[in-house]
Amino acid sequence: MDDKLIVGTREFTSRFFLGTGKFGNKEAMRQAIVSSGSQLVTVALRRIDLDETEENILSFIPEGTTIMVNTSGARNAAEAVRIAHIARDAGYGDWIKIEVINDSRYLLPDNQETIKATRILASEGFTVLPYMNPDLYAAKALVDAGAAAVMPLGSLIGSNQGLRMRTLIEVLIEEITGVPIVVDAGIGRPSQAAEAMEIGADAVLANTAVADAEDPPLMAAAFARGVEAGRMARLARIGKERAGATASSPLTGFLYDE
Amino acid sequence: MSKSLHGIDLSHLTIEAIRRIFDVEDRGLLEEMAHAARELTRRQFGRTISLYAPLYIANYCQNECVYCGFHASQKSMPRSKLTMEQIDRECAALAATGNRSVLILTGESRFHSSPQYIREAVTIASRHFSYVALEVYPLDEEEYRELYLAGVDGVTLYQETYDRVRYDELHLAGPKKVYDYRVQCPERIARSGIRHISMGALLGLTDWRRDVMALFEHVRHLEKKYPGVEFGLAFPRLRRVADDEHHYQEVSDREMLKIMTAARLFFPRVGISISTRELPEFRDRILEFGVTKMSAGSSTRVGGYLEGENKYEDGQFEVFDPRSFDEIKAMLTAKGFDPVVTDWRNIVNS
Repeated sequence: MDDKLIVGTREFTSRFFLGTGKFGNKEAMRQAIVSSGSQLVTVALRRIDLDETEENILSFIPEGTTIMVNTSGARNAAEAVRIAHIARDAGYGDWIKIEVINDSRYLLPDNQETIKATRILASEGFTVLPYMNPDLYAAKALVDAGAAAVMPLGSLIGSNQGLRMRTLIEVLIEEITGVPIVVDAGIGRPSQAAEAMEIGADAVLANTAVADAEDPPLMAAAFARGVEAGRMARLARIGKERAGATASSPLTGFLYDE
Repeated sequence: MSKSLHGIDLSHLTIEAIRRIFDVEDRGLLEEMAHAARELTRRQFGRTISLYAPLYIANYCQNECVYCGFHASQKSMPRSKLTMEQIDRECAALAATGNRSVLILTGESRFHSSPQYIREAVTIASRHFSYVALEVYPLDEEEYRELYLAGVDGVTLYQETYDRVRYDELHLAGPKKVYDYRVQCPERIARSGIRHISMGALLGLTDWRRDVMALFEHVRHLEKKYPGVEFGLAFPRLRRVADDEHHYQEVSDREMLKIMTAARLFFPRVGISISTRELPEFRDRILEFGVTKMSAGSSTRVGGYLEGENKYEDGQFEVFDPRSFDEIKAMLTAKGFDPVVTDWRNIVNS
């Protein structure tokens, strides 16, 4: 089945993206990337220490994987832009996940500042994937600003609550055309990842649920399959749910001469 | 998570529920809190613990705190202050152990350790570490702003006690005697732009229940007013110094666990640190239940990292966990944690 995901100028055969934080050890993280077949991972610039060669997080990411630096720690657009510049200058490429969070209790993204940062970085040639609150106006503004994808949160980050934002995400899926929709935070189980794909998301990004599992590589593989199953179901067109049994003899049959 | 024992919902802990928790001694409830706190910490922070080390650049003090062996009139205590050149070498010695996160401390003497002196030290430390925090006397908002621009990522300031009367009794003289200037300090830090603020009370000075409740309410108020600030908590326990005959209310290990788990459940995202003033066995046990940060390979002596030997003598505080940076890392790895050395990059002055 030729079903590639296109983000910016790159093609991906896997629709499962992985976050690299929160793992108990970096080797488990590496194995999770390998076992899931994920081709795109996100790494916080703040976690990268170039002086530390032996345990540098980047050296645990398999070759060929697209690395998307994220702006974790940015509280406004200017800080996100600054982090992106540092990342590019340090040679980490120009794929950037914008996280602008000025709320340390719930870690909710600030859509307005995210739009500003997206506009600046996209105009500078970055491939920008912004993390956002699922709001239609903000999503449209992000696309206009040059985002290569839109990444709405499924529920609060780290909550494992799944698609609490389902209705709003469905609106984005329906209305946003031209860039992929990647469900980013709160996906706690492979079945929730499958659900996101079934409703039409183009990809899913997970971190906590994988990193926190007893066996992260196995959980990563399970997530990848959940994403794949959801995608296949979407393509196969899921039958509509029906409230009850459908009568085999139509109730209105008596109106017609048959 | 459903309702726990005593009808307390641990997944939506309220300040009133914490009051009830603090008042009951219940093994079953504590066990449930430990489970809930461990689960929540893993979800929020993963299996990671960040490491840091304190660096004492001076130990002059102008205050008279009765519970502290370092108070101003303690003439037998050797006092010193590092020059900028010594600070540079001391930073290099600490960084050579692998540490990337430093907490710079001075005694509370504005005369000997002026804001200018602290700022110069921060500029030097920023060249050696990816994260620079300060634990110094309270400053004005503008002074904090200058320190922020010089590279300060975080400030630690303990209120000691929230009981005004007790505070007055225990702080006999010096600038620290002014309760309000200290209690209002976190707001000045928040307004200056500084990112992280660590707060705490010195447990044991008065009834810990009242102090911890007041601390929680203080932090919750600040969280709402300054949501962009990342708050941290620490729960230092008073260790009685010689010749101090005041009455204190010591906090047991069980009470410590109760405090820490309540803190985690009430503040899902705050950083919680545990210092080397706790014994290794206790640190290793408690770190699963909310801790996000711990000091490692600490010296509390001015110039202690360069000297190497005798680094535990004459320190501001006795170090009860003498393990090296590498030993702490090995312990964390063995317990299934990733010891995080770098988790910050200053974007203000880089």
